[in-house]
Amino acid sequence: MSGVMKRMGMIFRAKANKALDRAEDPRETLDYSYQKQLELLQKVRRGVADVATSRKRLELQLNQLNTQSGRLEDQGKKALALGREDLAREALTRRSALTQQISDLQQQHETLQTEENKLTLAAQRLQAKVDAFRTRKETIKATYTAAQAQTRIGEAFSGISEEMGDVGMAIQRAEDKTAQLQARSGAIDELLASGALDDQTGTTKDDLSAELDRISGNADVEFELERMKAELAGGSSSDRQAIEGGAATPQQEQQQESPKFDKQ
Amino acid sequence: MIVRIMGEGQVKLDDSHFPTLNGLDDELLAEVESGDEAGFRRTLTALLEAVRTLGAPLPEDSLEPSELILPAPEATIDEVRAMLTEDGLIPD
Repeated sequence: MSGVMKRMGMIFRAKANKALDRAEDPRETLDYSYQKQLELLQKVRRGVADVATSRKRLELQLNQLNTQSGRLEDQGKKALALGREDLAREALTRRSALTQQISDLQQQHETLQTEENKLTLAAQRLQAKVDAFRTRKETIKATYTAAQAQTRIGEAFSGISEEMGDVGMAIQRAEDKTAQLQARSGAIDELLASGALDDQTGTTKDDLSAELDRISGNADVEFELERMKAELAGGSSSDRQAIEGGAATPQQEQQQESPKFDKQ
Repeated sequence: MIVRIMGEGQVKLDDSHFPTLNGLDDELLAEVESGDEAGFRRTLTALLEAVRTLGAPLPEDSLEPSELILPAPEATIDEVRAMLTEDGLIPD
């Protein structure tokens, strides 16, 4: 009983030999194989492009979710500043649901990036081998009769068909992964579109934003009133800081000398 | 001898290392057949690590058939089982 790597080596070789045996003239096999190699190269390049497209789409979604998460955080802070802890809690609850989605997407993004890098390398390797094969093929066709060419062709052909098998599997794997992720990515799109995540278009205004807008409208008035009161009470905030800092200003001395100015 | 790590390319190593790899390889097959997922992962990682450290990568434009072929590092036990059948996962 031979192990995994020995058996896999045999399987690959058997496949290459079978293809070679099918040809009347082994030199025809060379041309046929070369055509196949070029097709495979195109397929790998398409594979790289597909994965890259999916990756970019994920990046867009990640940006949207991150923006949304930042917005919810701001809303939470604002709500808290206005003393609306219930709204702040709501904003933060929604944000934590988003955080889960974001880390999920980030993981998927990493997977795709890895797959993309692998395919890119596979494409480069295959390209180098295809070029070498073309050179070898021409040499063999020019130099040897069909009978003589048999062994030479066997070597070149086994080498390239093994590479093709390997790359073929890499494409297969990348396609499977991409399809899986696209399905999930579609689900996120739907979520964004449904307004559940309140997209950036601003066309859908969720209840949380609406409520915050309403009270912050009032709040701005409140803030303004506070500011005016402080001014009327004598001294902008910077003056107050100076007082707290213990720096004696002329104004301060004046205040100390004139008790009739009621600070309240 | 030449060893291919699927998805990574080919590595050339001295035949004297064969017994080391062979021992791990037999272990790997036993784990595939018994469905020992954890053992399979451990042995495959060890095998790949051994090949990478003991060998040197072949130039990209070489056209050599490999004597031994190893699954990719992230290959699952099911994938490997399928690859061991004649028409398993290897596309024509």
